[in-house]
Amino acid sequence: MQIPPPLDPADALQRALPAALLDTHSFRGETTLIIAREHIVAACRFMRDTPGLVYNFLSDISAVDYYPEYSRPERFGVSYHLYSMLYNRRLRLKVFVPEEEPEVDTVTGVWPGANWLEREIYDMMGITFVGHPDLRRLLMPADWDGHPHRRDYPLGYEQVQFSFNAEEIMKHKPFAKE
Amino acid sequence: MGVTSKLGNLGVVTTTLDTAVNWARTGAMWPLLFGLACCAIEYMATQASNYDLSRFGMELNRATPRQADLLIVSGRVTRKMAPVVRQLYDQMAEPKWVISMGDCASCGGVYNNYAVVQGVDEIIPVDVYVAGCPPRPEQLLHGILTLHEKVRGERVADWA
Repeated sequence: MQIPPPLDPADALQRALPAALLDTHSFRGETTLIIAREHIVAACRFMRDTPGLVYNFLSDISAVDYYPEYSRPERFGVSYHLYSMLYNRRLRLKVFVPEEEPEVDTVTGVWPGANWLEREIYDMMGITFVGHPDLRRLLMPADWDGHPHRRDYPLGYEQVQFSFNAEEIMKHKPFAKE
Repeated sequence: MGVTSKLGNLGVVTTTLDTAVNWARTGAMWPLLFGLACCAIEYMATQASNYDLSRFGMELNRATPRQADLLIVSGRVTRKMAPVVRQLYDQMAEPKWVISMGDCASCGGVYNNYAVVQGVDEIIPVDVYVAGCPPRPEQLLHGILTLHEKVRGERVADWA
């Protein structure tokens, strides 16, 4: 079987979907393509199905919160880490998500394995994946308030007891009733 | 009373009801088969032959809370796990005791954050706290023997 020669993902995407590709950068051999938010599903499908690219494995989806001061265009970033089993190379697609409308289209239609990855991001970052078949919390309890990995989420830790303030903290500590 | 007289006619031994009941309770205090984190590994080591919990009548880990007397909370209790721990405690039949094993179960330990209960005593009453991260089997044994001391001081009338 003849394997087509590998293509440059940025060039190929620029030719096929010029509206989708906003920017590219490369750092220590890792290529990142910045994708327009509304074109992420089309870009993922293109990366998977085009001969010469064949990024057929979704390694991970992760999200970043750049709060409070960010040089990025929007507050949140969602990264799709792709891997091509055919050409043994990796690619990162990234979309920026605004704070006032934290929504991205789901890629579960492209890779069914994105299901739990997107649920985790929804749970931790509060980014909604439009069209997801079962968008529930994955890690935190179902009745949890807020999204803990957002940087404006309070850590909720307890004050540490030392000998000088142990009594005072003990008074407010909630103990169980029999 | 030496061995020789035991072999013969035993006769009658008198004691108090409290002593007899507490002797039975401390002699066969069955723990719940329940582990949460790395402290459970030390707990397993305590059960195994080097330390041998069956010396204290605890070789049986009951897999159901209905038959268990002792709940050893071995590890950090997350807020998601807290309702489960409380339900296990509620399902245990009286009399029941709780050992909080390790720093995480006792006060949250290094997990001073939103996801972990800052001490299992926020959700269930605790009899003995064992310090350590994780405690060595000797420390857990000391905690269990401390609990036995506590039980020997209890009176049956107080449970009624």
